[in-house]
Amino acid sequence: MKNFFKIIFFSILLVNLGNQKLYAETSIELLKVDWSFKSFFGKFDRASLQRGYQVYTEVCASCHSLKHLSYRNLAEKGGPEFSEEEAKAIASNFEVIDGPNSDGEMYERPAKLSDKFVMPYANEEEAKSANGGAYPPDMSVLVKARKGGADYIYSLLLGYEDPPSGMKLDDGVYYNKYMYGNKIKMASPLSDDIVEYADGTKATTDQMAKDVVTFLMWTAEPHLEARHKTGFRVIIYLLILTVLVYFSMKRIWSSIESKV
Amino acid sequence: MSNHEYTPKSKIGKWFNDRLPLLTLANHLTDYPTPKNLNYWWTFGGILTFCLITQIVTGVILGMHYIAHADLAFESVEHIMRDVNYGWLIRYVHANGASMFFLAVYIHIFRALYYGSYKSPREVIWIIGMLIYFLMMATAFMGYVLPWGQMSFWGATVITNLFSAIPLVGESITNWLWGGYSVDNPTLTRFFSLHYLFPFLILGLVVLHIWALHVPGNNNPIGIDIEKPSKDTVPFHPYIVIKDLFALLIFLLVFAFFVFFSPNILGHADNYIEANPLVTPAHIVPEWYLLPFYAILRSVPDKLLGVIAMFAAIFVLVILPWLDTSKVRSAIFRPIYKQFYWFLVADVLILGYMGAMPAEGTYLLIARVATIYYFAHFLIILPFLGLKEKTIELPLNITEPVLGGSANPEMTKNNSNIRSNL
Amino acid sequence: MSDSDKKKPNRRDFILTATAAAGAVGVGAAVWPLVDQMNPDASVKALASTEVDISSIEPGQSITVLWRGKPVFIKRRTEDEIKSARAVDLKDLKHPEKDEDRAKNPEWLVMLGVCTHLGCVPLTDKGDYNAWFCPCHGSHYDTSGRIRKGPAPTNMEVPKYEFVNNNTIKIG
Repeated sequence: MKNFFKIIFFSILLVNLGNQKLYAETSIELLKVDWSFKSFFGKFDRASLQRGYQVYTEVCASCHSLKHLSYRNLAEKGGPEFSEEEAKAIASNFEVIDGPNSDGEMYERPAKLSDKFVMPYANEEEAKSANGGAYPPDMSVLVKARKGGADYIYSLLLGYEDPPSGMKLDDGVYYNKYMYGNKIKMASPLSDDIVEYADGTKATTDQMAKDVVTFLMWTAEPHLEARHKTGFRVIIYLLILTVLVYFSMKRIWSSIESKV
Repeated sequence: MSNHEYTPKSKIGKWFNDRLPLLTLANHLTDYPTPKNLNYWWTFGGILTFCLITQIVTGVILGMHYIAHADLAFESVEHIMRDVNYGWLIRYVHANGASMFFLAVYIHIFRALYYGSYKSPREVIWIIGMLIYFLMMATAFMGYVLPWGQMSFWGATVITNLFSAIPLVGESITNWLWGGYSVDNPTLTRFFSLHYLFPFLILGLVVLHIWALHVPGNNNPIGIDIEKPSKDTVPFHPYIVIKDLFALLIFLLVFAFFVFFSPNILGHADNYIEANPLVTPAHIVPEWYLLPFYAILRSVPDKLLGVIAMFAAIFVLVILPWLDTSKVRSAIFRPIYKQFYWFLVADVLILGYMGAMPAEGTYLLIARVATIYYFAHFLIILPFLGLKEKTIELPLNITEPVLGGSANPEMTKNNSNIRSNL
Repeated sequence: MSDSDKKKPNRRDFILTATAAAGAVGVGAAVWPLVDQMNPDASVKALASTEVDISSIEPGQSITVLWRGKPVFIKRRTEDEIKSARAVDLKDLKHPEKDEDRAKNPEWLVMLGVCTHLGCVPLTDKGDYNAWFCPCHGSHYDTSGRIRKGPAPTNMEVPKYEFVNNNTIKIG
């Protein structure tokens, strides 16, 4: 058995070492939030997801797409869990281009649950030209696409500051202490009360940042709850089977004087 | 567990076996005499077989949903993650499975290094093993390109550019590899095709690896030949099967932890950004399991020599059976080799760490020293050590207590009683 | 393998059986995702219903539209066709269904244009009943899309549909 602990220790060491690189150079400490979706049993806060969706639509959606999501996702289990009617109503607010019809023409129609989220710009070039040459990244998997994940996006949203003296910023460039290189082309998107929450939660900048990051964590990892739940069961099962196999092994080897 | 001809008991079994001796093979595999003193470091062969099969099964499934096209690959991966039933699970098992596979293969290789398993008469097993390892790296590298994220694209660009170091024909070769003038759709589709093919080549080599193993039989921690199989071995089934299974389950616990609770920790965040030929990520790093070689590549200031050094680092392992001149296999009886062995482990870990750091200043210096030491270990230390080292006296058989103490005659007697019953 | 196997069979059998049983359960559970992944996925299941403009179809004409990857026949039947479809005695039918049940609005027949034999697409205005005829293996359907002659076992299937308004049918 002692050997086994050695092996496990060695494995963890090796894997950790491989991993070190990811965080070794994050020079600035990110703001840490005690997210409800972290930990072994982590789940999303339903109300926060719904508020986060509101922040996304009212604040972010004018520039940032969510191209891998469909409106039906809003009603799916493990997400914001809007009712199907609510999700349909949300979808019908958007116009999508469909066709060609029998006359060979494309036409606009209200979006349905099966449609993908409508993108703010037709293509990357249009997005760039509308935003001073900077491409507002698609946010579907944004949380997974940044070192530090949810904490990083949260920190970035709250990281706008006056530039240190001596730093010259061009027009349309802002100082953000968490951004790589500290220069960001997105103006601080959040300020108190720019949205009005239906559930009466006070829309502080901090609250909105938390909500929208929670929402973006879900868009990046829509099956997170199922993953945690399945994972817990799998680990329990493996532990039980390991014990059973251990005793089976002891019994089988009992006729051999060599130890296992 | 005898070597006499096997005859199936049933008539139909005999009829079939006379025409295709599958039952003889099965009998050989279950009865295969295995040294009974194998420790848990020997369970990784079984674990690796499991890893290979898992990768093939999940990979074939992912291939049903994945689209190998530069415009659609990233989206199809998201489709797998979001819409396909259990797609997220299958993809995370496959992605983390690659890391677990390499974790296991490194332990397997370092076990062989410690116990001298590569030495006569097992050189062929070792060389086939190195071929498998090399193919694994190629497969993993091409697999990492398939999601068509930023790291996929730039990793592919950097690695394929290694070949441009070859004088005269370098550029033709890279263009040939790419099917164009840069990494693009033709590159992606051929990588997909080869990524699908290679695991089956690996599987074939694994069969040869095991075949070559079954000719001389397993090495063991003591490293001496088995004199009396009836006394020193146990049949593979059920003794080794159950032990491998136990080890596999512990391994699976670690595996499951990654898959379910930190599935992306071994990957790079940048690979969730779609490939963009206009922007290189700030910091390109290969997957952790390739880092030591990456460090060797970067520590040589010349492009061609760097590439040569990297491939030489693998090749030096292939010829290891002839570099190590010591007749004694196990490090247990080689006090000085044992020290050097751990130096090498540390050296490789340091190389891995440096591979992840920027190639500048102190990091580069340390990486260079570590690279030199790596080659010195195999090319200088091992050949000399084998000639000069004073080894500890070997026990007469594997059941004799190893360090100090004398053989316990009582035990040996009991033991032979039991064995005679088998 | 050895005698000791037989010495204490009870305890031994119990632990080994329990292990094997637990292992089998785990293997089964692990195999399910590998099987289920081939089932229609969430995006396929969510595929929208199709809305069809029928304003330009004259009596006696029919159109074919694609729904869930299959052809759907939408036929505007003439008075004669309706009459002949409704006059049939149910006893004569291989798969007895009233035309009234198949076409709620007698003028419009909406059905999956897939032969129930082996999945070919039948030809329109052909066959013994001058309605649908499957060229693959010779199944004849009547003006209600019911199987009358040939190897097909059942009538052509009527999907879920509704009239959104006088000019539009929503299938699915």
